[in-house]
Amino acid sequence: MSARPASLPAHAEVLPPPTERYTVLGWLRKNLFSTWYNALLTVISIVLLALALRSLLDWTLGQARWEVITTNLRLFLVGQYPVAATWRVWACVALLSLLIGLSWSIWGRGRRAGALASGALPFALAILAEDETRLALGITGAMGVLGFVIGRLGGARLRRLALIGWVAYFPLVIVLVSGWSDAAGALPLVTTNLWGGLLLTLLLTVVGIVFSFPLGVLLALGRQYGLPVARGLCVMYIELIRGVPLVTVLFMAQLMLPLFLPGVTIDRVVRAMAGIVLFSAAYLAENVRGGLQAIPRGQYEAARALGLNTWKMMLLIVLPQALKAVIPILVGQFIALFKDTSLVVIVGLLDLMGIAKTVLAQPDFLGLQAEVYVFVALVYGIFCYLMSAFSQRVEARLSAAR
Amino acid sequence: MTEQENTHSPMIICRDVHKWYGHYHALRGITMQVRKGEVVVIFGPSGSGKSTFIRTINRLEEHQRGEIIVDGIPLTHDVRDIERIRMETGMVFQQFNLFPHLTVLENITLAPIWVRKWSRAQSEEVAMQLLKRVGIPDQARKYPGQLSGGQQQRVAIARALAMQPKIMLFDEPTSALDPEMIKEVLDVMIELAESGMTMLVVTHEMGFARAVADTMYFFDQGQIVESGPPNQIFGNPKEDRTKLFLSQILSH
Ligand SMILES: Nc1ncnc2c1ncn2[C@@H]1O[C@H](COP(=O)(O)OP(=O)(O)OP(=O)(O)O)[C@@H](O)[C@H]1O
Ligand SMILES: [Mg+2]
Repeated sequence: MSARPASLPAHAEVLPPPTERYTVLGWLRKNLFSTWYNALLTVISIVLLALALRSLLDWTLGQARWEVITTNLRLFLVGQYPVAATWRVWACVALLSLLIGLSWSIWGRGRRAGALASGALPFALAILAEDETRLALGITGAMGVLGFVIGRLGGARLRRLALIGWVAYFPLVIVLVSGWSDAAGALPLVTTNLWGGLLLTLLLTVVGIVFSFPLGVLLALGRQYGLPVARGLCVMYIELIRGVPLVTVLFMAQLMLPLFLPGVTIDRVVRAMAGIVLFSAAYLAENVRGGLQAIPRGQYEAARALGLNTWKMMLLIVLPQALKAVIPILVGQFIALFKDTSLVVIVGLLDLMGIAKTVLAQPDFLGLQAEVYVFVALVYGIFCYLMSAFSQRVEARLSAAR
Repeated sequence: MTEQENTHSPMIICRDVHKWYGHYHALRGITMQVRKGEVVVIFGPSGSGKSTFIRTINRLEEHQRGEIIVDGIPLTHDVRDIERIRMETGMVFQQFNLFPHLTVLENITLAPIWVRKWSRAQSEEVAMQLLKRVGIPDQARKYPGQLSGGQQQRVAIARALAMQPKIMLFDEPTSALDPEMIKEVLDVMIELAESGMTMLVVTHEMGFARAVADTMYFFDQGQIVESGPPNQIFGNPKEDRTKLFLSQILSH
């Protein structure tokens, strides 16, 4: 490509594309002050923004009583989870940090600034925190760096290992957080009624995503390609669930599951998880079906002509393309799921939102709705932003393969 | 095709094949025998059932009456027979139908790995040889969307050949190509024909037919109107419909 064939005339030389370069002033003029009315709008906006920002700053730094958050931070993060077992949650966080560090250095090339910032974050927080929390945050940061270094040394060879790590991580978290037995030498049981706060919110979300995904894909395949009976059942299920609000499904899961499975006592959190999974799967199925319908007939014919059987055709040809086409929609759905978990309050679970309500009922902190809900909104906002940023990176990586 | 060894064992036998789409009678009794190593060209007006016929041979379309036997395997509802036949027949489509989410190399190695159960290394070696054979070994790591139409169609041919089929089916392989790319695909097909591959080709490239076809079949309204070697079809067609059609397509 780079060498110019000798036969070409001189003016056929390969030129770099023209670049646009602006000075700061030039940029300002072009984008903010190009005409008199644009200039006017710019000035008005700046004034309004300044006013709003000033009162916001006044409130945040002056009037707001943030001690409601700092005093109850532990409650917000893990609910009633026993202090003696908190290290288990930290262990999960540190492992997550290791995995993120590892994955970042394997897949996320070229984002050095982002990597540095996220690597520095736990250490920065460690400086603010004290005692055990400082230690835990320090370890978390160190694990992240360790993962990054391992990834650098191992490179692409570690891809499979990292994937296995992610797959193994989620069951491991459940085991670590819940424990299994109070017998000596075992990890003591922490019953789910003690789980709460952000911990519970995240667990509900992750379980919701991990289980509703395969279920939703199966429902979509059943609806699109199943034999009439299977197809009818899938359609019925999907339409039934989509015709009912999540709140109802959550109530049903609380009340009905014990009826369907008599003799077995199913814990309340698990019932809520089941409700979320069953609900989310129906929507996921419809989104995936949209992707399935977008695949041209020629793809099926080519796969069949090569001798692929139905399962191989689905797994190797159809699903990869269908899922790739609907990644943005799926991520949108997962973000909605994350926020919808706050509805478990109505079946009596204390997730982040539930904790906010109990904190507001504390006699010391009556009437501090603004502080508490701003904090909760910030936490939800950060996680939603992370999810959508991650999906954009994945999309960018996949669309490069086009 | 004088130098190639013809064992005269029939590779494909079709007897009185009928096919309906709803009430529309698309194939009205097709009878045809194809010897090992024979190159068959099928041509005819649009809607005459050429695609339908060629697609019944690997069961992309199901025939409702008559008999099709491919390399001794009768085409029935038995899924295993259908899969065996599909393993022995490669197909090349007008619209290429490459898998856009896989690289060229992955497109070619997919079926050998998952259907023939070869190792990845062996499959890739075969794939690279095939890419050399079709003249684009340097495109292995690209995605189909990054290739020209002619290159894509040559990848599609390599993909079909990777399963080491005994029969190759082509359904208007050059119709979707710009004129300057047609030749590069036809050259590959001519080379394939000369190597002794049994081929069924639906095409209106009469130069190709003249050069390599052993037998030509003229289809109209779901029937074979006339068949014979190229010199007879071009030089001395018996049927008026054949004459008319040939004069139309040869005039431009
Ligand atoms: N899936 C289908 N459903 C209903 N009718 C069909 C279907 N496929 C083809 N037909 C009809 O069957 C007849 C034969 O179609 P076929 O595609 O085999 O023609 P062809 O000879 O390949 O034509 P062309 O040169 O345009 O490709 C046409 O009349 C077409 O309308
Ligand atoms: Mg056709």
